[in-house]
Amino acid sequence: MRSNRQQSIRRNGFSNGLGWLLSLLAVLLVFGVTPVFADMGMGGAEQRIAPIGRVHIEGQDFVPVADSVASGAEEPEQIAAPRTSRKDYPNIGVSSRAVVWILAQLHLFFGALVLAVPLFVLVIELVGVMTGDERYDSMAHEFMKISLTGFSITAIFGGSLALALFLLYPDFMGYMMHVFGAQWLVYAGLFFLESFFLYTYYYGWNAMRYGNLKWVHLSLGLLLNGAGMTIMVISNSWATFMMAPSGVNEVGVVVGNIWEVMKGPLWNPINLHRFIANIGFGGAVVGAYAAYKFLSTKDMEKRAHYDWMGYTSNFIAILAFLPLPFAGYWLMAEIYAYSQQMGITAMGGILAWLFIVQAVLIGTILLAGNYYLWAGMSRTEGSKRYKPFIGFIAFVLVVCFLTWVTPHTLILSASEIAQLGGSHHHILGPLGIMPAKNIAVNLMLIVTFLSFQLYRRSDKVATVSWAPIGNALMVAIYVVAIVNIIFLGVYFGYFSNTVYKVGSSVAQVSSTLVVIIAGIVIDSLMFKNAKTLPSHWGRIPDRAQYALFALPIAFTWLMGLMGYVRSSVKTHWHVYTVMKDNSPDNFIPTIGYAGNMITIVTVLFLLFVLFMFWVASLSGTKQAKPETVTEGGVA
Amino acid sequence: MTVFFKTIGFSIGLALVFTLVTQLLPQVEGEAPVETKVDLASLTMDDFVAMGEDLFMNKGTCTLCHKPPPIGRAPDIQSMDMVSTSSERLADERYQGESKDAADYILESMIDPSKFVVAGWGKKGSNDTVSPMPAVDKAPIQLSAMEMDAIIAYLQAKDGNEVTISLPSPEAAAEVVAAAPAAGGVAPAPAATAEEALGKYACSACHAMDSEDPLVGPGLATVGARLSETEIRQSIVDPAAVITEGFPPAMPADFAEKMTVRELEMLVQHLAEKK
Repeated sequence: MRSNRQQSIRRNGFSNGLGWLLSLLAVLLVFGVTPVFADMGMGGAEQRIAPIGRVHIEGQDFVPVADSVASGAEEPEQIAAPRTSRKDYPNIGVSSRAVVWILAQLHLFFGALVLAVPLFVLVIELVGVMTGDERYDSMAHEFMKISLTGFSITAIFGGSLALALFLLYPDFMGYMMHVFGAQWLVYAGLFFLESFFLYTYYYGWNAMRYGNLKWVHLSLGLLLNGAGMTIMVISNSWATFMMAPSGVNEVGVVVGNIWEVMKGPLWNPINLHRFIANIGFGGAVVGAYAAYKFLSTKDMEKRAHYDWMGYTSNFIAILAFLPLPFAGYWLMAEIYAYSQQMGITAMGGILAWLFIVQAVLIGTILLAGNYYLWAGMSRTEGSKRYKPFIGFIAFVLVVCFLTWVTPHTLILSASEIAQLGGSHHHILGPLGIMPAKNIAVNLMLIVTFLSFQLYRRSDKVATVSWAPIGNALMVAIYVVAIVNIIFLGVYFGYFSNTVYKVGSSVAQVSSTLVVIIAGIVIDSLMFKNAKTLPSHWGRIPDRAQYALFALPIAFTWLMGLMGYVRSSVKTHWHVYTVMKDNSPDNFIPTIGYAGNMITIVTVLFLLFVLFMFWVASLSGTKQAKPETVTEGGVA
Repeated sequence: MTVFFKTIGFSIGLALVFTLVTQLLPQVEGEAPVETKVDLASLTMDDFVAMGEDLFMNKGTCTLCHKPPPIGRAPDIQSMDMVSTSSERLADERYQGESKDAADYILESMIDPSKFVVAGWGKKGSNDTVSPMPAVDKAPIQLSAMEMDAIIAYLQAKDGNEVTISLPSPEAAAEVVAAAPAAGGVAPAPAATAEEALGKYACSACHAMDSEDPLVGPGLATVGARLSETEIRQSIVDPAAVITEGFPPAMPADFAEKMTVRELEMLVQHLAEKK
């Protein structure tokens, strides 16, 4: 009777809470979307874009905007992008770019972390509510606790970055201020909102732990994430405007409204890519915290807790990482569509070498993630069934990794060319181009998902009657997808022209996605009421924890590397095609220089993260009351 | 404490491994394009062709796409005889331009690449009617007329064809010199002629000099017939005072600070004579 009542209360609480959430979401959508439509409706884009020479929207009549000018209507002042010379850039004795590079990267690292953590914390908290398992709630709270200082550190680096930019690149910043106008104030205002939601969400955790108040708490978390996401997409618009400006004419005069300036061709691809990458990055960083705590204690209960925390973090990091290459494909496709020249500068020009480094980093992430899953199988007694697959998965990962790092073009001396029999190796040469790498990366993702799937299955035995058919279907999907990926890569990559080569990569990616989606659907149905085998948290080798340190280091380094390429594809432009960079640093630095810079920022980030964790651990530490002091010392 | 040092050591060690990988790769810097001074007195056709080849490989960024298959994203021009290829394309029914000979066709394909798109190389979804190639006289490449001529000369000469392009005139050469960015913060030298001043202040970036076609600003082919010398002077010094109907007030307002009196007067005289 009591149990029924409790369930009824819980259900009512849930439905009330869900209503709360939906209402809030509706309000956010209405208030968020309405101004955009209102803005777009202000006279129509064609009226603002038309005055530039003969430009007008194809298929529509020429708009005689000149009338308003002739009639003496007051026109806003139109300012072109400044043309700077070397003397317009203050010299502070060290490379201005290096200063901005370090500050911007540290700001972005912490920004990514504090945007990601509340996102998966909200999901974990929700899982806790849905399952009634308080461990989830406690873990979510702990994740928030360890990242709390990160918000202040993000703001400190953000402020320092802004000051450095105004000092070192005054004309450029003046132009950006002019282009984005009042949007800067909206951006600043959002920090007040975010701080309000952050502190009420964190400090109100225990005050709003049960019943309807829990749904209020979840709503605060949702609003915190809403504010954070808005901050992210606004700041992304500055970066994408610099890469592919919109809403301005050829000389940089603003001809569109703020929405047209923000919504450049690369804005949404970057938004999606950063959103997914942030989650993976955040998961990896808190995973390192759990690994450190696991290694630091001998208490079996604590080890079990931190083992579970580490597993969850790795799960978040790898799950977010799997779709990341697809978001990357979209981003690169949009870059090519915007400017083939920019795309090739990144992928086939001077920057192409860094994709070898990217391969090393992603290979490290996948090997570490897989290794952690294999080591984690020792927790469950049912994992013996799947041990033979590990060798196969490891073999595929290593072969694909080596294929991925095979360079296409080598800088060789005449004698080396003679020794090699040409500028490309006759066997390994074909592995250097994109089709081979597309095959490799898709297979790596597929076998990583296989590792994950086997791990999830290792503590379960399916009880449904159709389990053999389900398994056969799953195997068939894997086989067909792998054959399809290899066939598409080989046939269209080596026996047709470039256009088909690029097109076939979409079909390869689709095959990988089909495996992942089919695997999740089949397993969730097949193991719905499965028999559960004993599982022992904390029973994992210590060396496996180092995989959880490798993940954040590789993630951080990878983010730094991608920041270098994203910024460098603009070549010698502050704002591509609109405002030239005439500073002493207007060249693309060598990959070695970039590597040094990235390691510097990675190590600095590591130190600041340790500081953040240390501060979090202080809150749980209480000094023992000193005993009475006597003349001779402590009594 | 041991755990602390082990984890820090492992993390920094791994970061250094990644750094080492970057040190093993070829170290190449991507320099911003630098305008070179052309010594017209000693310029020969061979120098001009060599200049065209250098532009083709570097500043023009042509070889980013025009590479041999399977890595090229545009026809492999260097392995083709562009003079005979031009004749075939001019005769093609899909050709939409107005060129009559190879030199004109090559120039047209650089500044308006969609006039003829080679089958299979068009923008995705355009059915080979739109070229993905950027106009090389516009940002970000921004080749000058003389630089495009040099590339044409190179493309003609590389297969042993007769070079039909003339060596650059003194005015054009001066334009290139004047357009060179001031190195080390040194102010650019004053222009010696009106043509040089036009180049120095990049007037043609927004105004067509030889036609009335509107670009960002109105064409100036007959500006002397429309405006008096006083009005032209005012348009340069205070462009917002009177704005030509149909155009936004986009002209930079700082010419009064940048120009010397002599440059201003040369420009005013030059434009006033355009009738």
